[in-house]
Amino acid sequence: MADRWLHRLLWLSAMLAALVLGGIVVLLIGRTAPFIAQQGMELLARQWYPGDGEFGMAAMIAGSLAVAVLALVLAAPLAVALAAWLRYFAPGWLRRPALALFALMAGIPSVVYGLWGLLVLVPWINGWVPPGASWLAGSLVLALMILPLALLVTDAALAQVPPDWLHAGAALALSRVGMLRRVVLPHTAPAIASGVVLQFGRALGETMAVLMVCGNVVQWPGSVFEPVRTLTANIALEMSYAAGDHRIALFASGLLLMLVTMALLALSWRLGRRHHGTA
Amino acid sequence: MKQPPTLELDDVHVRYGEHAAIAHASFRVESGEIMALVGPSGCGKSSLLAGINRLTDTIPGCTTRGTITLDGSPLGQWPDAASLRRTVGMVFQQPNPFPLSIHDNLRFPLAEHGVPRRERDERAEQALRSVGLWEEVHNRLGRSALTLSGGQQQRLCMARALVLEPEVLLLDEPCSALDPMASAAVEELIDSLRGRYTILMVTHNLAQARRLADQVTVCWVDNDCGCVVETGGREQIFTRGRHPVTRAYCAGECG
Repeated sequence: MADRWLHRLLWLSAMLAALVLGGIVVLLIGRTAPFIAQQGMELLARQWYPGDGEFGMAAMIAGSLAVAVLALVLAAPLAVALAAWLRYFAPGWLRRPALALFALMAGIPSVVYGLWGLLVLVPWINGWVPPGASWLAGSLVLALMILPLALLVTDAALAQVPPDWLHAGAALALSRVGMLRRVVLPHTAPAIASGVVLQFGRALGETMAVLMVCGNVVQWPGSVFEPVRTLTANIALEMSYAAGDHRIALFASGLLLMLVTMALLALSWRLGRRHHGTA
Repeated sequence: MKQPPTLELDDVHVRYGEHAAIAHASFRVESGEIMALVGPSGCGKSSLLAGINRLTDTIPGCTTRGTITLDGSPLGQWPDAASLRRTVGMVFQQPNPFPLSIHDNLRFPLAEHGVPRRERDERAEQALRSVGLWEEVHNRLGRSALTLSGGQQQRLCMARALVLEPEVLLLDEPCSALDPMASAAVEELIDSLRGRYTILMVTHNLAQARRLADQVTVCWVDNDCGCVVETGGREQIFTRGRHPVTRAYCAGECG
């Protein structure tokens, strides 16, 4: 009896979540479809002058991708290396507290990372190559934010490696680096990639921390030391005063972000499934 | 071919923290002979095997005491576990080939041990022939080892141990996870290795021990700690065991 009620409750909440998600998509599409149809390829131009009716988002799309990709390039290898080191090389007593620390890091609000970036990172980069608030600053802050979860996902993937293989490797006196390179990492690569793709989605969607350290100049990302503006930061910065087509344009950029995130989620699922298929 | 070494254990103990898995284990495996280690579950047989090639080093809190010698030279004085494990190969209960191709399961360990690339294929073929797998797999060496049957996987694991040219083999219940047909093939293989390697094999299967072993060591559990009850020639242990436990165990009355 209790089971049936729990079942119904869970079903209801699942439906509610799906409904809310569907509602957001319908709202976004409904609000923006006429605008997108009217603007067409103009939306992919480089000029963003909403006051003059120019809504080219290319520079901000590039900004979002640039900041997120560089963050991923910085964080993912480090996360995999750290997770592998903690599991196979570090002294035994270090693993648990280190993982707990990373779990804690994953829970810090993004605005705190942004504050740190603003107070520490930006002045530091400024002393090196001004102005400081830049693509690089955004990517570093994002890298720090996605590192913990990427590391925890990798650790969970490594935990799935059958101990039999490790015993075989030990009995054959194979080096741990060799085992990692030939056996462990190839086997866990799909699961790790699945987690990393999810983190890429998180990096694309992050708003606050990026807004605080990127400088937010709408320009094509040229050098890592120059300011960029991401789509998310743009929405946050302009929504409060946008009206008319300007407002609709911001909705359209929100729709784009949402579609990309959903595509990444689907990719992550596919990668995760492939992992289970061969295990 | 070089004569395989004699393996001798003198008063060996393996402990996990406070708990002793096996204590006072002493016996001698003659050059090229097969010694079967029999006894009920939990009497420390597998722990003893792991103590010989120092796999126990990789288990936190696990310690070994006593003297283990190969041709009289104590293993404790070997420079490193790697060279020891190259000399003393091991095969486990569950077939555990790497998730690589059949070929790479053999070439990867060779590469790790610095065997030049041009020699690897030839040694891999030799190893596959010596376990009777070559005819079955020579036209699909590039396929994943995980596509092989359980018995073939176990013979591949034997080949993987042999490809490093060990002198001693530790076999931890190598047939117990296999069906009767596959088990018979692996048994035949072990029999064919007699004389070329000094073999210490843990088994629960008394009939198998009787078919394969030159010498048999009976282990038992006493006060929650494993111990060696008796060592002797196959026929002596199975027909004229001196210790009452040996007689009862071999008659199937206990264990």
